[in-house]
Amino acid sequence: MSMLRPYAAQVGAETYMTLRRGETLLLTVGIPVAFLVFFSTSHVISTGPGPSVSFFEPGILALAVMSTAMVSLGIATGFERGYGVLKRLGTTPLGRPRLLGAKVTAIFFVEVVQAAVLVPVGYALGWQPGHGHAAAAAGEALGAAVLATVAFGALGLLLAGVLRAEVNLAAANGLYLVLLLLGGMIVPLAKLPGALAAAARALPAAALSDALHASLGAGTAVPLHAWVTLGAWALGASALAARTFRWE
Amino acid sequence: MAADGSTSAAVVCSDLVVRYGERTAVDRVSLRAHAGEVLCILGPNGAGKTSTVECLEGYRRPASGSVRVLGLDPVADHRPLMARIGVMLQRGGVYPMLGPRRALRLFSSYYDHPEDPDALLELVRLGPVARTPWRHLSGGEQARLSLALALVGRPEVLFLDEPTAGVDPEGRLAVREVVRGLRERGACVVLTTHELVEAERMADRVLVLHRGAVAAQGPPGALAGGGGEQEIAFGAAPGLDVAALGAALGAAVHEEEAGRYLVRAGGADTEMSALTASLTAWLAARGLAITDLRVGRSLEDAYLAVLRAHDGDGDTSAPAEEATR
Repeated sequence: MSMLRPYAAQVGAETYMTLRRGETLLLTVGIPVAFLVFFSTSHVISTGPGPSVSFFEPGILALAVMSTAMVSLGIATGFERGYGVLKRLGTTPLGRPRLLGAKVTAIFFVEVVQAAVLVPVGYALGWQPGHGHAAAAAGEALGAAVLATVAFGALGLLLAGVLRAEVNLAAANGLYLVLLLLGGMIVPLAKLPGALAAAARALPAAALSDALHASLGAGTAVPLHAWVTLGAWALGASALAARTFRWE
Repeated sequence: MAADGSTSAAVVCSDLVVRYGERTAVDRVSLRAHAGEVLCILGPNGAGKTSTVECLEGYRRPASGSVRVLGLDPVADHRPLMARIGVMLQRGGVYPMLGPRRALRLFSSYYDHPEDPDALLELVRLGPVARTPWRHLSGGEQARLSLALALVGRPEVLFLDEPTAGVDPEGRLAVREVVRGLRERGACVVLTTHELVEAERMADRVLVLHRGAVAAQGPPGALAGGGGEQEIAFGAAPGLDVAALGAALGAAVHEEEAGRYLVRAGGADTEMSALTASLTAWLAARGLAITDLRVGRSLEDAYLAVLRAHDGDGDTSAPAEEATR
């Protein structure tokens, strides 16, 4: 009870603050919805046979996970350090594990909100999840999203831990753009030059969108390489973030 | 390292040294503070006050020397200690989006037996702005909220870093009241300030830090009573005939600002009582009200004398006129 109460209160506060920040909602809900509608209804990018929303829905869900876990979490944490909030929390009994745990939990709550918006919009645009076992596909998609959340969250905290708030803001946004273009979220990886596509597949963004395209698009099993890449990033980035994270 | 035999002191620093690269910010500072005591660390900016307090809070590892708070090492025993201390940082430290009530409720959840957030809100008089986000609060309101957040865990030791800097009169009053209440409850309060008035009003003991070292320490009264020129400060109607009054007293009288007067005289305490009697008699004879009266050497003069002496100018009994008045 006394272990959980601070954690639960912190999750509540973190979720409240994340959902109350206008710029965060623009990034985590506004932009993904706009991209989904725009690219699914225009024909700027050809996505092969079938309705284009079947490609964009999984890709945009991957983008939504990345926006929240990496960009929103990283930028907010960077500013909290700048405002001295993290320093002040360092002299409370909350402790680092519960603070970071609460931040990640709050991210999951925000992702649920994102899915609750993006999935109905996808259906309205004609999205038809692949055949095969719906429950198995949903389970795999969820597993990949959780791993990716840990990986992206750790990357965001890694940047927030080592960079000044303003520099961190620019770096997180820059990384977002690069991973968006190399992540197979909007531009299919097959359209990238061969070497670039191969390099992109080693990044967590492409691994997540591969996993979601398989489970939520084609209805096939998530390829092994996607699991390995996501798992490696989740482990590596977490370990590095834990070592470099600073209260001040 | 330092074997401080006393277990009664809530806060102990022994030969504390803090370095930033080549620069030594704190140079072999030793201090102690007890339960029910208010210790004020006084000194100009850059004297090492914050560095000292940050070692006590566990933010900083001493280069050498030892610090103990409630018998614990602030770095090694960080978690158990944090439940028992309260901290008010010099600035910031609160989520900009949270209003006082939400921030207090959140912080109260961190502790096993917290104060009631709503009662604290009333104590620091933030009821009317309970829902206003931190970033829209005035400087004084922010300081009062920081103070309330430091109190929420019912701390045994409280560290207040410049609690009155840039704070409005209402905020200062709140800080003083809270500090008084904590002392009565038996808490140990360590506060830093560069403002003499606050030190004089709140502290049981003052420790003057200068260039990272202890320049003087003692009760504010003892520090101020260290010999040399004494003065009588009093308030009365503006525009008194200071020349006539000076002649009657045989001492120089100045109107420092409208209605605020200062009588300067030489040393002995008996002389000061005679002088005070003459002063009040002179005012009474003319039917003039006296609004306040203070006799003694001002802490400010004492403080400046201490700093000058510590700078090694040699002339420790430099007359107070050279000070800033």
